[in-house]
Amino acid sequence: MAELKFTKDHECIYVDGDIAYVGISEHARDALGDLVFVELPEVGKAVEKGGDVAVVESVKTAAEVYSPVDGEVVEVNEPMVDDLELIAKPVNEDGWIVKVKVADASALSDLMDEAAYAEYLKEVD
Amino acid sequence: MSRKTALHGAHVALGAKMGEFAGYDMPLYYGLGVKKEHEWVRASCGIFDVSHMGQISVKGAEGETDAVEFFEKITPSAFSKLGINRTKYTVLTNDQGGIIDDLMVTKTGDNEFHCVINAGCKEKDIQWIKSHLTSGLEFTYFEDWSLIALQGEKAEDVVRDVLGKDLSDVPYMGLWYEDYTMFISRLGYTGEDGFEISVPNKDAEALWNKLLEHDAVEPIGLAARDSLRLEMGYCLYGHDIDASTTPREADLSWVMGKNNDGFIGADKVVDPARKRVGVKLTGKGVAREGAEIRTTDDEVIGTLTSGGFSPTLGMSIGQGYVPVEYAQEGTELLINVRGRNIEAEVAKMPFVPAKTKSAKAVKTA
Repeated sequence: MAELKFTKDHECIYVDGDIAYVGISEHARDALGDLVFVELPEVGKAVEKGGDVAVVESVKTAAEVYSPVDGEVVEVNEPMVDDLELIAKPVNEDGWIVKVKVADASALSDLMDEAAYAEYLKEVD
Repeated sequence: MSRKTALHGAHVALGAKMGEFAGYDMPLYYGLGVKKEHEWVRASCGIFDVSHMGQISVKGAEGETDAVEFFEKITPSAFSKLGINRTKYTVLTNDQGGIIDDLMVTKTGDNEFHCVINAGCKEKDIQWIKSHLTSGLEFTYFEDWSLIALQGEKAEDVVRDVLGKDLSDVPYMGLWYEDYTMFISRLGYTGEDGFEISVPNKDAEALWNKLLEHDAVEPIGLAARDSLRLEMGYCLYGHDIDASTTPREADLSWVMGKNNDGFIGADKVVDPARKRVGVKLTGKGVAREGAEIRTTDDEVIGTLTSGGFSPTLGMSIGQGYVPVEYAQEGTELLINVRGRNIEAEVAKMPFVPAKTKSAKAVKTA
């Protein structure tokens, strides 16, 4: 099984070489409820760690998706705009929203692994 | 500390996601989630706790008409010809012709009225009404009463099955009541047929639970209440209307009685330069309250006062104020969401046809 990483803002990340696949965690999906729209950035957009990279909209609310690293958007998941169910797929398969080329791999070190994220969810709940 | 309605414990027991609304800790949604709750009300029957709203009455002496005159002073509507146990939607106006609140006013007798006012406006409204009362009028605040809305096409069946009452003869905007222990009005905030049931707090939870036992009924939170009312183009006070908007700007001229020119602020309610309109997004995206309304030449002409995704239409809809020259149905606009312009157009409201029972469908006895 692919090793997934998580942020405190509930992004879910899969790292393949210097490419970070960025999606949202199951917890985030449950909290948002029924999704109605995904707003994707332009390919080539420079992003900062903690800066907006996409927006997911549910019936309830709009939620920003933050980039876990400094880098550049190299691919966006266009099919997801028309098939929002894709967001429920694993982030290393079709569930990613954007792929970001990581400028500095050391920025990934403060991401949580699954066990740490599970602990974190217990704390914030 | 948030205030609680008499049904607070029932919501928590149902596992509702709670949140603050108008100073009350209220259910935002239950297990179904917002979208399914919305769809449930459109297809069956939902119950809502709206006990945070205020219930008040103003009574004058029998044989007099001072309560009628009072309501024709504090609202722009006409009440002298309104039938007994019939309700009007109207607004309270300030001396600038701005809207202090929107409310339901029921004529419960020739010279007495019952009102339902917004939760967030209770203190302000009560103070305003009391300060304008003429001598001889008696004001009552029903602080210990709850209000449960029952909305959806199966509402009439549910009332028959659960309460053993046949209300098929009660017209839209009509009131039925029994021994001053239960008041049922055929109206609502969803565009569906349905009722609002007013009972003393001590009876609220038993009634709520009894209604919930019916197969056609699901509990519905305030989030779906908002998307349901938005599809109908109904105003949410503090968002789509406020003290700075007149009834004519708000496109609520229809609440104004033809011969009532003596209401507070009447001289300030003039031909408006801007108007509240419905907006639907023809491009992809979701626009919410606060998004800028722009012309197709990218000139900012207004702001969305409400907005969100319509589960029934599968698209984003909203309301906002635009200069009257842009208020024509079909006028192309842009809505700016996070720096991106999304194509939109002025749309007729309601966005979804209302299914409320006709006010004219009164069976004559």
